[in-house]
Amino acid sequence: MVQMLEELKPMLAKYKGERGVLIPVLQDIQEKYKYIPPDSVAVISKELRIPVTKINGVITFYSQFRSEPVGKYIVRICNGTACFVNNAESISDTLKEALKIDVDETTEDKLFTLEKVACLGCCSLAPVIMINDKVFGKLDSTKVKKIIERYQKEQPDE
Amino acid sequence: MNNIKRIKVGMASCGLAAGAQEIYDILSADLGDKLEGTGCIGMCFREPLVEIEFTDGRNLTIGDVDPERARLLAEKLTTEIPEEWIIYDTASKEFAKQPYFSKQHKIALRNSGIINPESIEEYLEKDGYEGLKKALKMPGDDLCQLILDSGLRGRGGAGFPTGLKWKFARRSQNDQKYIICNADEGDPGAFMDRSLLEGDPHAVLEGMVIGGCAIGATMGYIYVRAEYPLAIERLEKALIQAREKGFIGKNIFGSGFDFDLEIKKGAGAFVCGEETALMHSIEGDRGMPTLKPPFPAESGLWGKPSNINNVETLANIPWIVFHGPEKYAAIGTEDSKGTKVFALTGKVKYSGTVEVPMGSTLREIIFDISGGIKNDKQFKAVQIGGPSGGCLPESLLDTVVEYKALNATGAIMGSGGMVVMDEETCMVDVAKYFLNFTVEESCGKCTFCRIGTRRMYEILDRITRGEGKMSDLDELEKLGHQVKNGSLCGLGQTAPNPVITSLKYFRDEYVAHIEGKKCPAGVCKELILFTIDEEKCTGCTLCARNCPVDAISGEVKKLHLIDQEACIKCGKCYDVCRFDAVIKE
Repeated sequence: MVQMLEELKPMLAKYKGERGVLIPVLQDIQEKYKYIPPDSVAVISKELRIPVTKINGVITFYSQFRSEPVGKYIVRICNGTACFVNNAESISDTLKEALKIDVDETTEDKLFTLEKVACLGCCSLAPVIMINDKVFGKLDSTKVKKIIERYQKEQPDE
Repeated sequence: MNNIKRIKVGMASCGLAAGAQEIYDILSADLGDKLEGTGCIGMCFREPLVEIEFTDGRNLTIGDVDPERARLLAEKLTTEIPEEWIIYDTASKEFAKQPYFSKQHKIALRNSGIINPESIEEYLEKDGYEGLKKALKMPGDDLCQLILDSGLRGRGGAGFPTGLKWKFARRSQNDQKYIICNADEGDPGAFMDRSLLEGDPHAVLEGMVIGGCAIGATMGYIYVRAEYPLAIERLEKALIQAREKGFIGKNIFGSGFDFDLEIKKGAGAFVCGEETALMHSIEGDRGMPTLKPPFPAESGLWGKPSNINNVETLANIPWIVFHGPEKYAAIGTEDSKGTKVFALTGKVKYSGTVEVPMGSTLREIIFDISGGIKNDKQFKAVQIGGPSGGCLPESLLDTVVEYKALNATGAIMGSGGMVVMDEETCMVDVAKYFLNFTVEESCGKCTFCRIGTRRMYEILDRITRGEGKMSDLDELEKLGHQVKNGSLCGLGQTAPNPVITSLKYFRDEYVAHIEGKKCPAGVCKELILFTIDEEKCTGCTLCARNCPVDAISGEVKKLHLIDQEACIKCGKCYDVCRFDAVIKE
């Protein structure tokens, strides 16, 4: 908690006294830690005088915010309509099988977290997935397996 | 080389996902100073795209540019470019006659894919911020009237006349008013607003300043999805440029009018596309809708009068002010004026963004512009308006695109997502997909939306598993009407639309699931069976090698068999068989 306070103080300083800042604050924290550490909630509450209940209410309401740590690579499976009609379900099954985890879980080696998202907006390349910031399109099970293997060997750009 | 003015690479999200950055890097080695990035050219199906502008005004668009083609292209610029690479040539009359080009009319997308979205100079060359100059000289009441005269209606989906909305906000007396751009494009399968923001961010900014000027707002917010990082980056750049030029800030063009803008990132909640929920989200709260009245025009963001417009609506504004309302009102039908941008995806040949005049038919959009169905399959349905919209069958393809005609079918205009489905799409499964979306995205405030949609989902799930009863269909209809009437906001009021329309137009598919225990499209896993045709099987072993659960047995050159107990109905064998020997029924 003390350490968290030290870490977050400079980040929170610019938001002090401003209104409507809770969501941007949480976005900043998630950018730094990739999730919202429980200790940070108490720090925000104290520094910005926002009740803990309100902070938790906002964290649980928006799908962007995570309360659990994530793996090095976040694999987002697009579940938009275009991907859905182009068999995104089989992509999702392949990923679950290859990583041996379910959606919203992280592999034991902390390398991968699997997430399902509403729509990535590159519908013409459906079905698509996104690994961290990189989009992969026009996929089938074979292609997905190969991509994951590259990441498993930690050679994503090969 | 000397006859080339510029070379542009389409660098919107789709282009980048298809590898445009690599193409850009390859080309920049040889063509550095003439090369630049542009927004969405619209032809997503041929990404990555490169456009060559010659000094004599000729433009060539080249498609499917992979790294090898890019390297060759850099060489061939001094010689001839192979004909089959070219997808559009302004010097050839043949291309202009193609329906893909001749049936489109670009107003909102006028600059997208043409200018470099990161250069305000290029926007200025295209009469950028001229609409604002004109607006600043007009009294606010006249400006609202001008937009009302143009017939522009809200492009977010509901279709409320924009000029009237502005008038209400203008009439509200207060020391502070806000104008908000709703860029929380949440419909799955829709990306019109992303294309616009990535391709022409200044058009949206200019539209907002004009709107601020009309209603008397001095502060604006753009609420944009966090899932659109590139759109946010380009908006941020555009905002800095507009501030430097004095188009945003104090005393704009010496008119005495002050206006500032802030970008707010959404955090992933579909319901925030609803006006009141969106404002609560900007305030830093859970984005839950509240009762109207009071309407935002009286009491909106932080209790102040606020006006919310969609991205496409705002992108039209500068054009209308600059060219005059008559010119805009001349396009379209009695009911709906101007143009509409659609994002075409699914089983069409040419997916991408298109902009058509109101009054075009669905058939023209899907078959003429977008080339019809991929892989010579049969058209089954088009889904318009996302989770709030409906699925329309072949018999309604001659419906014209306008608010009134589309509402009459039970679908809605919506924000512009158009997902085309073929014979291999199961309509019950599609209805289930949308209901699942609503169940996850309902904020939980209204009981009917929170629980009613879940009950509807459960019924649909039961039907897709072959456990449905005929009385389920009446139950779905009854619940659907209750959810519509018992919900506070647009999300709940429209959530049953995909179910109600598919029940209306594709009832036989529901019946086939319930009475025949069959899924005619071969999608619902519990209702399909894979077998191997004795006549056709050559014993090549391909299916057995690809089966993830080893459910297929058989020796080389002998008939193979599928163990039905072990089969997980993944369809892998069906996809890989080269002799059509796997039967799906």
